[in-house]
Amino acid sequence: MIGRLVEGTPRRGLVLLAVLLMAFLAAPLVANDYMLTVLILILYFSYTGQAWNIMMGFAGQLSLGHALYVGLGGYAAAALYFHFGIGPWLSLPLAVAVAAAAGAILGFLAFRFGVAGVYFAILTIAFAEFARVGFDHFTWVGGSAGLFLPVANYTRNDLWTLRGNPTMFYYVILAMTVAAFVLCHLLLRSRAGYCWQAIREDEEAARALGINTFRYKMYAVVLSAGMTAFAGVFFAFYYNNLFPEQVFSISRSIELILGPIIGGVGTLVGPIIGAFLITGLAESLREVMHALGVDVPGLKQVFYGLCLLAVVMFLPDGIWPPLSRALGLDRDSSRGQGT
Amino acid sequence: MPAEIYLNVAVSGLLTGLVYGLMALGLSVIFGVVRVVNFAHGEMMTIAMYIAVTLFAALKLDPLVMMVPIAAVLFALGYAMQAGLINPFITRPEHSQFMLLIAVAIILVNGLLIIFGPDARSVQTSYSFDSFLIGPLIVDATKAYAGAAAIAVAIALFAFFRFNRIGKAIRACADNYMGALVVGLDVKRLYALTFGIGAACVGAAGAMLSLVIDVTPAIGPAYTLLAFVIVITGGLGSMPGALLGGVLIGLTEALAGLFFTPSAKTMFAFGILVLVLLFRPQGILGRRQA
Repeated sequence: MIGRLVEGTPRRGLVLLAVLLMAFLAAPLVANDYMLTVLILILYFSYTGQAWNIMMGFAGQLSLGHALYVGLGGYAAAALYFHFGIGPWLSLPLAVAVAAAAGAILGFLAFRFGVAGVYFAILTIAFAEFARVGFDHFTWVGGSAGLFLPVANYTRNDLWTLRGNPTMFYYVILAMTVAAFVLCHLLLRSRAGYCWQAIREDEEAARALGINTFRYKMYAVVLSAGMTAFAGVFFAFYYNNLFPEQVFSISRSIELILGPIIGGVGTLVGPIIGAFLITGLAESLREVMHALGVDVPGLKQVFYGLCLLAVVMFLPDGIWPPLSRALGLDRDSSRGQGT
Repeated sequence: MPAEIYLNVAVSGLLTGLVYGLMALGLSVIFGVVRVVNFAHGEMMTIAMYIAVTLFAALKLDPLVMMVPIAAVLFALGYAMQAGLINPFITRPEHSQFMLLIAVAIILVNGLLIIFGPDARSVQTSYSFDSFLIGPLIVDATKAYAGAAAIAVAIALFAFFRFNRIGKAIRACADNYMGALVVGLDVKRLYALTFGIGAACVGAAGAMLSLVIDVTPAIGPAYTLLAFVIVITGGLGSMPGALLGGVLIGLTEALAGLFFTPSAKTMFAFGILVLVLLFRPQGILGRRQA
């Protein structure tokens, strides 16, 4: 298991990863509450970026509606807690199942009927928008007025019901991010991983080689949707409120894919670096604006847009591939595609 | 409910649908020729709407009269976008092009938010509350003018592509990229012209829509999506298809608002999109691709 995990990774890369992990583990000892919430945000986007990357980076299916799975997962767990007092860990399987089912329906319709490329991306947006309007009228979970969970009690950590202070949430999302990283690393070297990459590079050729492209594309969507739903459960219990207008909005889907695109689509380190850069820079920008006493709504998003524009224009592969070459980690297993 | 109400709502939906169709026509022209999906389409329309609203507020200029200059401004914007940003991306993978235009869309939406703030603005013309009585029908004057203008612009565009030399050259680029290069057409310039023409359509549609709906910076993405739904329903790349799709979606939205609740109307538009994608992916009037 361990052997399979590390084979092919240069020692330098392993040391770097170990140092990074230690730094993350120790962070709550030195970080204040504000820093911790920023780190939680970074890890949250690393995790969701990793989940999205399975679909787009590994299997080449562009989803612009991943907010759908965050929302479904979050709403499923939050509604069960709100109405029946069922804790998040018990409702997690159901939340994942609901999102995975939505992904399966979308995938089945799209792949069975040959909806690909532009049309597929638009279909994913349409599903998310459909859910947004649908949940606006779904009164059992609060409709457009939103669903609120009883506010967290900061004095006592209760891991079982995910009620507690930011440190607890930090370690939960850190564990999720590490698990997702390891899972994706193993997946890339698995049979499914190779099939996905074959489909991404040339679907016709993959089919000619005898790969059941329909089945593997379905695996990618269902897995990606299920993993994203876990993030949705975290989101619901961390923020304690859900509004269809916010949770399912297309800007959420875009926000979620910025990290992996800026970091490097199809790489394992990309989503993490991307999340770091985009969240870190956005927060610094906010601090600077705060210090200067300017309050301009929309400036942060313009900044996001400019970052995205700069990266797609000048670094079409994202930041990680050139960075890993510069660091001499070129043959790093964390890069899915060959060099 | 008396039958006249259905008829009135249907006519109103049909007229709005024509304006939607004109907006979608812009998207369809761009996709049909440049093969790039303009993810900033609704955002460009929002810019046109803000120009119309600002001109009206400052100088009392009627948006329907200002339609032509506004379309010209959007033409310039579209031309510049294609020539400066998108042309280098023509050979890049699809998702790369998407991300480029999504970045442009994000910048446009939030740029408008910074300049104009989040409040809704509207245009109140002298004929805002006028209507025509045609037998049992009551037709809203604003929508009637807007619908007629949409048809006029669409006819002008059809004529341009059918009879004008540049229009024919653009069609040649769409039919056969390599062939167009071989006969010596300046494809990049024609692409920029096409994007400009598509943007001009959406500019004209924006000027008209400013009479019908309130504008806020945030409506852009919703109209981008609406344009996609219309164009895919009618057939991506088909010009009559875009108009037909617009009318169909306009009608659906109006009737869904009447029978159910207005806030749920977009669900029906998306329902149509899903059905079309599954059973006639090339769209109602689209040609199946080889």
